[in-house]
Amino acid sequence: MSDRLTMETIASLVPQGARVLDLGCGDGALLAHLQATRGCSGYGIEIADDNVLACVQRGVNVIQLNLDEGLALFEDQSFDVVLQIDTLQHLRNAETVLRETARVGRMGIVAFPNFAHWPNRLSVLGGRMPVTRRLPYQWYDTPNIRVGTHADLEVLAQRNGLQILDSFGLHNGRLQRFLPNLLASTAVLKFSR
Amino acid sequence: MESLGHVKPQSLRFEQPLPLKSGAQLPSYELVYETYGRLNADRSNAVLVCHALNASHHLAGTYEGEDKSEGWWDNLIGPGKPLDTDRFFVIGINNLGSCFGSTGPMHSNPVTGRIYGADFPVVTVQDWVDAQARLLNHLGITQLAAVLGGSLGGMQALDWSLRYADRLRHCIAIATAPNLSAQNIAFNEVARRAIITDPDFHGGHFYEHGVIPKRGLRIARMIGHITYLSDDVMNEKFGRELRSAVAGTVRETYQYSTQDIEFQIESYLRYQGDKFSEYFDANTYLLITRALDYFDPARRHDGDLTRALAAARCKFLLVSFSTDWRFSPKRSREIVKALLDNRRELSYAEIDAPHGHDAFLLDDARYMKLVRSYFQGIEGELVS
Repeated sequence: MSDRLTMETIASLVPQGARVLDLGCGDGALLAHLQATRGCSGYGIEIADDNVLACVQRGVNVIQLNLDEGLALFEDQSFDVVLQIDTLQHLRNAETVLRETARVGRMGIVAFPNFAHWPNRLSVLGGRMPVTRRLPYQWYDTPNIRVGTHADLEVLAQRNGLQILDSFGLHNGRLQRFLPNLLASTAVLKFSR
Repeated sequence: MESLGHVKPQSLRFEQPLPLKSGAQLPSYELVYETYGRLNADRSNAVLVCHALNASHHLAGTYEGEDKSEGWWDNLIGPGKPLDTDRFFVIGINNLGSCFGSTGPMHSNPVTGRIYGADFPVVTVQDWVDAQARLLNHLGITQLAAVLGGSLGGMQALDWSLRYADRLRHCIAIATAPNLSAQNIAFNEVARRAIITDPDFHGGHFYEHGVIPKRGLRIARMIGHITYLSDDVMNEKFGRELRSAVAGTVRETYQYSTQDIEFQIESYLRYQGDKFSEYFDANTYLLITRALDYFDPARRHDGDLTRALAAARCKFLLVSFSTDWRFSPKRSREIVKALLDNRRELSYAEIDAPHGHDAFLLDDARYMKLVRSYFQGIEGELVS
C-alpha cells in the first residue's frame, strides 16, 4: 500500500503538527511525508534491519522493536496519533497491540487489507483463496497471519471498548464511504480510548 | 577504503587544577590526544570519540615504524569509513588515570614528588568529561557535531549530553547502559580483588618495588573476556575442544590433570590474560572499573532516569547488540524510554549479532551501514 495517493490520503487524516507514532513504519516514507507536509514530529517503530536503516537514511526517528512485545516504552496518551498502517495483519498479538495503540495515542488510525472486498469474496466463492494486487500472496506463503474484514475490525474495536471516531474504506488511494466492507480493498478505522 | 596512514599523538599540559567529583582535585595534569581530518571554517564538524576500558586516544591509523599499531576503532574511523575523516574532524582523548599517556597512577605526584600509585585520586566519568571539555576549549571547539562512544565510552557520551547539553548536537551511544547492574559490579569486584590480593600489588605502590602484579591482571582480564563474549560465540570458537601440544593437531583424550591446560578455552583465556598483563597497569584497571561502577546519572534524581535525562538537548542514536549480556539491549531500552519520556529526538537499533559485547568493535555490515548513514545525516546538517 505504498502508492503515493494512498499515502497522501492517510496523511490527510493526521492533524497538522501532530506528534505521531507510526507502528510498523517500513522505510519511513509516511513519517517523512508527515514531517515535510504537515509539520508533524515523532517516531517510527520497525523490526526489520533494512527498514531501520532506510529510516535513518531519510532522517526519520526510528526505534527498532518487536511490536508483539507490546508498547511498554510508551506512556499513556503520549502521542496525538498512533498509526498502524498495514501492520495489524502481521502481528501475533493483534488485539493487544490494538488496545496499546489506543492507550498510547489520543487517536489511533488502523488500516489493513479488507478480506471482504468483493473480488476476494468471489474468489472464495469459487473455492480459492484470493490473490490480488492488494493481497498478492499465495495462502501458503503470506506474511499476513491475520486475515479479517472491515466489519471484523469494527467488532474487535467495539469489543475492546474503543470509541470509533470514523470508519471507512480506501480503494486505489481514494476514500470509499459507501459499502466499504464490499467495495474497498483497505479498511480504515479511526478510534480513541 | 583506505586507512588514515601514519598518525601522531599530541599532548597538552594543564596547570589549572581539575576539581574531581570525589572532592579531591588533580593539581596539574597532561592529556594525550589524537586528531584526524580537518576542522572546517565554522568549527562545526568536530566529533569526539570516547574510549572504553582498555582503549585509548589512538582511535585509527598506525604509528610510523610500529607494526600492528592500528587504532582500536580503525574499522569505523578513517577516510571514506562510516565516521569519515574526509568530512569530520575526529578527536580521541586518553582519559585521566589511564596507562596510555595521560596523567595516571604511574606518573609522579607534583605535590609529593613520588609516583602516585594507589594515591592517584578516584576519577569518574564526569571528571573525564570535564577534562575532555577543557581540551576542546583549547582546540577552539565550542560545539561538537557529535560525541560517539561504546560501552564505557557510551557512558561518557551520555554524560556529555546531560552536563554539556549545548556543546553537542548528536550523542551516539553504543552497547552501553545507564548504570551498572549488581552483576556488572560483581564482575568488576572479582577482577579488582584478583589484582589487590596479588602479593606483587603492594597496596598499589608496586612501582617502587620494581614488580608488576601480573597474576592479578591476568585473572582480571580473563574474567573481563568471559563477559565480552556470548555463550554461543565461545562455543562456536572453542566448544569443548581439547588443547593440543602440537599446533594444528587435535587431541582426543583427557590428561586427567587439574592444573595443566586441558580445554582450548582455557588456553585462549590464559593467552589473553598474559598479553594484557604485559601492557596494562593494575591501578588503572582499578580506577576504570570504579568509574564504571560509579556512573549513574539517575542517582541524583532518586533513581529516576527520565528526570536525569531531561537535561539533554541533542539528538541521539543508540545501538545495542542482541547477544550482549554485559550491557544488554534491555539496558539501552531504559535510556530509550527515558529519552522518549522527555520527547527527545532519537533512533535506536538493536543489531542481531552473535558476538556479545565485543560486537560494538566488530564489522557487522548492518551496524557499520547504520553508523555511516547517521553520520551522513549529521554531515547534511553542516553548513558547508
